[in-house]
Amino acid sequence: MNTTPAPGDAIKRHLPDLADLPMPLLPLQPVLYRIVRRVAALHPELFERLGKHQRTSFVIDLTDMPFALHLRPYLPSLILRAVKRDRLPAHQASISGDFKTLMRLLDADEDGDAIFFSRDLLIEGDTEAIVTLRNALDDVEGSIAEDVAEMFGAAGRLALTRLREMAHGPNH
Amino acid sequence: MTTGELVCPAGTPASLRTAVDAGADSVYCGYQNATNARNFPGLNFTPDELGRAVKYAHDKGAKVLLALNTYPPAGGFELWKDAADLGAKLGVDAYIVADMGVCDYIATTHPDKRLHLSVQAAAASPDAIRYYVEKFGVKRVVLPRILTIPEIREIKTEIPCEIETFIFGNHGLMVEGRCSLTNYATGLSTNMDGVCSPAHLVEYDRDDAGNMSTRLGGFTIDRFGAEENAGYPTICKGRYCNEQHPEGYYAFEEPISLNLSRLLPDLMDAGVNAFKIEGRQRSRAYVRKVVSSFREAVDAVRAGREPNLADLVALTEGQKQTEGAFQTKKWR
Repeated sequence: MNTTPAPGDAIKRHLPDLADLPMPLLPLQPVLYRIVRRVAALHPELFERLGKHQRTSFVIDLTDMPFALHLRPYLPSLILRAVKRDRLPAHQASISGDFKTLMRLLDADEDGDAIFFSRDLLIEGDTEAIVTLRNALDDVEGSIAEDVAEMFGAAGRLALTRLREMAHGPNH
Repeated sequence: MTTGELVCPAGTPASLRTAVDAGADSVYCGYQNATNARNFPGLNFTPDELGRAVKYAHDKGAKVLLALNTYPPAGGFELWKDAADLGAKLGVDAYIVADMGVCDYIATTHPDKRLHLSVQAAAASPDAIRYYVEKFGVKRVVLPRILTIPEIREIKTEIPCEIETFIFGNHGLMVEGRCSLTNYATGLSTNMDGVCSPAHLVEYDRDDAGNMSTRLGGFTIDRFGAEENAGYPTICKGRYCNEQHPEGYYAFEEPISLNLSRLLPDLMDAGVNAFKIEGRQRSRAYVRKVVSSFREAVDAVRAGREPNLADLVALTEGQKQTEGAFQTKKWR
């Protein structure tokens, strides 16, 4: 077997994982707020299906990203914001998985139970809230990811294409 | 050989449309209340959603079967009566029922509607099935998952109604409609409240080594190692310790799914009229993949070709599958 390192390997080895990079979260917050308001405007039925769990605080931990998300899907005061992993807000339920897994779930391309069986998705806290969120999101036809991409025009669509290639492989 | 109607699950309106588009002949679903055995949070249909779903299915040539397959508690029958009346108004094609009182109400009040006997009635003998046919005009029985194909063939010759069998999904082997394990642990009844392992009483707890414990109502029902596949938090699929098995063992059943794709030709030859895919609690992705795979397979068998099923093991519980009792009574 040829074990000679390829050119550039030495540099790659020294690059930190994305999750370890320091990242200013402030610029993300207005973007995330716009996103959650857009989703609420396009898919009011999602929030009806959430019922009492509109008032539940969820943490969605993207394990290979340098931040987690805090979601409170309560229409009168929606919250979707990036939070530091070592300073999580008070929450009742958390969902952890890598970006690729969560992207495939959001695209309804992967079955949540199957991912849970394989242990690629971890859940903690209020199981009922998580099951309700999963079912409510699954009832949204089309793609929430595409709705969000459309908000940012051509740049958004291009970014989504790249993200999907990361999540599903090319030619998705 | 029968035509092999493909009966598919829908937990949400989007899932119903996905099932129809993927080739379901009929779709089964329920209301957001205790009248059906998948009364899970965030799942099921409002009356308005069901009305629109029936129209969508009918426009595409598919039928809608309404699951009213739980048992009304004493004094609580109105909910089931209202559900049946609403179903008739919305134009559902058949009811899936278990309780004799519900059977009688629908047979009397909506005699033009088909009655399918739910697996929750646990009718597994010709005598039991004939009783429901003669008393309530049941047109189809959904058989429990405890019979071999020769036994199904034999039953078919002795009953005057259609047979439906499960072909994919949960491998439930308790005497269905009689299981009280959840009731014992939580005080809620699978058969009357419509919820096995209610989610608000399920806890997952992970330790620093990555092991995950599953608890229901405070009872630990399984503990998975860091690299081990998980299953549903149901007592019947739990792993327990005792003096003979200090390391823990599956006292009732293993987390495993039924997959009868290989047996489709034999089942059709034995006279099974309809094939049921389990999984109203599963996602659209599951519905799309499983329904389209079985659509192709049933069509292939009808056309005399060898069915070629995609690998569905990733969608199975515990990522394990079995042909269960359909192949042999010694499946464990």
